[in-house]
Amino acid sequence: MKIDFIGNRKYYFIFSLALVVLCVVSLAVFGAELDIQFKGGSIVTYNHTGPVELAQVQAAVEEITGQRVNVQSGSDAVTGQESFTVSLAGAQGIGPEVQMEIAAKLQELFPDSGVESVSISNVDATIGREFFQKSMVAMTFAALMIIVYIGIRFRKIGGWSAGVMGVVALLHDVMVAFTVFILFRIPINDNFIAVVLTILGCSINDTIVIYDRIRENKRLASNSKASLAEIVNLSINQSLGRSVNTTLTIVLSMVVVAAMGFAYQIDTIITFAFPLVVGMISGCYSSLCLSGPLWVMWEERKANRGAAR
Amino acid sequence: MKRAKKWPFFVVAGLILVAGYFVFFGLRLPNGDLTKTYIKGAGDIRWGIDIRGGVDATFVPSDGYDATDYEMSSAESVIKNRLVTLGITDYEVYTDYGSDRIIVRFPWKVGETDFNPEQAVKELGDTAMLTFREGSAVDAQGNPTGKIVLEGKDLETAQAAVIADQLTGKEQYVVQFSLHEEGAKKFAEATQNNIGKVISIWMDNTLLSAPTVETAITEGSGYIEGNFTREEALALAQKINGGALPFQLSTENYSTISPTLGLGAKDVMVTAGLIAFVLVSLFMILYYRLPGLVAVFALVGQVVFMVGSVTRVLPNTASFTLTLPGIAGIILGIGMGVDANIISAERIREEIRSGKTIDGAVSLGFQRAFSAILDGNVTNVIVAAILMGAFGPPDSIFAKIFNTLFFFFGASTAGAIYSFGYTLLMGVVANMIMGVWASRIMLTAVSQFKVCRKPWLYGGERG
Repeated sequence: MKIDFIGNRKYYFIFSLALVVLCVVSLAVFGAELDIQFKGGSIVTYNHTGPVELAQVQAAVEEITGQRVNVQSGSDAVTGQESFTVSLAGAQGIGPEVQMEIAAKLQELFPDSGVESVSISNVDATIGREFFQKSMVAMTFAALMIIVYIGIRFRKIGGWSAGVMGVVALLHDVMVAFTVFILFRIPINDNFIAVVLTILGCSINDTIVIYDRIRENKRLASNSKASLAEIVNLSINQSLGRSVNTTLTIVLSMVVVAAMGFAYQIDTIITFAFPLVVGMISGCYSSLCLSGPLWVMWEERKANRGAAR
Repeated sequence: MKRAKKWPFFVVAGLILVAGYFVFFGLRLPNGDLTKTYIKGAGDIRWGIDIRGGVDATFVPSDGYDATDYEMSSAESVIKNRLVTLGITDYEVYTDYGSDRIIVRFPWKVGETDFNPEQAVKELGDTAMLTFREGSAVDAQGNPTGKIVLEGKDLETAQAAVIADQLTGKEQYVVQFSLHEEGAKKFAEATQNNIGKVISIWMDNTLLSAPTVETAITEGSGYIEGNFTREEALALAQKINGGALPFQLSTENYSTISPTLGLGAKDVMVTAGLIAFVLVSLFMILYYRLPGLVAVFALVGQVVFMVGSVTRVLPNTASFTLTLPGIAGIILGIGMGVDANIISAERIREEIRSGKTIDGAVSLGFQRAFSAILDGNVTNVIVAAILMGAFGPPDSIFAKIFNTLFFFFGASTAGAIYSFGYTLLMGVVANMIMGVWASRIMLTAVSQFKVCRKPWLYGGERG
């Protein structure tokens, strides 16, 4: 079985363009939301055993903090424990004194309900912004390092044009991961940084393996009349088993993690594993269906222009 | 070509299994009345506070105070003292001198049911400046203005005690203190000069008591009254013993998580890891047959190596702190770890189908696959190193390497991702050892068995 990756490239390009449109539209509709880790703010989750009036909670916390407050009820999937989450709309974190005041007030309002804080997250806006900038620098630096690495590796195997196509494929994967965060309303947090970098690492690796194969086949076929398109297509097909299976084992392990996280409602796990799964699939797809075919198109254009002159 | 030997398979596979047993279960032998740990097992892993619950707080000097490095390090030691007096020994404290930040992480105390994290954070950041002053005058803001005669650092020890009033017999809690030699001298002088006047005792801006001096106190000890409850007296004594901060600290960031929440998450992740391991193993065996089976042994080795690099195996080393993303990194390592085996197995399959002998195909397959395997690992090393540098504690090696890049920014407050970077990096190292080296030895050796000499086992056509 052989798939005609070069022949079908039109469909891949259309599909990827559709993804770009989806990304832009969802960004326009939903907007990207930063986690309080990055923008500052306060989220507190309280467990309770008895009845609690959420409107009263909201009024009490708003009175103490002088800020708009959002209160949501929830429950723990593992223990069935009832809970509610108080998030402050303002980007200013609140200190432990205020937190204690709130806890005392809730105790006073619902003395028999066993209200108890189980998780508190409080981030100062300045530190949050700085952490965000640092994360962005880290991400940019990692991207630069990977591009340098691509430059070194591709000088031998296809020249700078191949390297550029590899980077295009990477941008595609980052965009897909970003779209997942936006579409599923996952606030951008440090997990996002880890996910994007992991995807970058794996995706470029896929692409390099394919280009390595292209170089090997070009050398083997230097006497025959095989066109570049044929060689690239053959190389992609030869790498297909490895690319798909490696992605499959990674996706398999992360799907298990995402499913368990989902079953037990563990947010930090879902927001890590799920975007990673989608990004890995995208990385495999872009290496197979985008970077090679794009490069062939580029080289053919160049050849045509040379012939026309 | 000389035929390879069979025994290396048993040696390598056996070593992996034995190492696996010890890395997971550890080695403890009775040594007199105690049990001595020779090898740390998985039970000795130090879990991050996102798993076992605890507090993560960042302190900075209040009101933009520009602290010197010396002041910062003395503030750090005061905080460490206070953690110990709170009964917390398993803490992490990092000081970032560049941005004047102190990051404190400590787990929920074991067995503690009504631990109040907000209270603990507040107490850690209190200045705890104990002063004895002449008179009890205050300014408009309520700050004491009297001349300081004694400070907290003049006190040698302080402890809570009960004394009974000599006239009424009524008992009350007080804080007894004894002074250093120099402090005793100062106190004797001050009490001598203030007989019949008030010497007030303050904790920061709170007036504790304002006794009138009756006689000069020369023996270098005394007690502080203040209508204390037992708890208040204990807390005050602890604060005095912990020492005073050189400046006021405010809590910029803090997060707490209860242990019930995190421990459940850990069990979920461990189960997920087991399921992922079984699924990946099944896939490898069904798809790649004999090289797949070898890959499963290598995968066990991969997991053993990664868990070992977290526990650090030896009893006198500190275990690495494993967080939820860290566990995710180990599970990701299970998925990525077989990449090397997949690349080699695909190559071997190709060579077999092109008509090579089994020995030739195995050796060529590993040879040709190596550059692709190395490539994949280089990119992951770049990613892992940067994650560790950006999100690690300021004294970690990668943070130092990337110091010039991130110098503009303060130390990070997200320890969870650092753990992921670490397990990702260890996964790469494990992959080079297990997926490449151990796998080649095992497959080369096992392919010498008569039952293993069918091309089908290596992905060739049946026949």
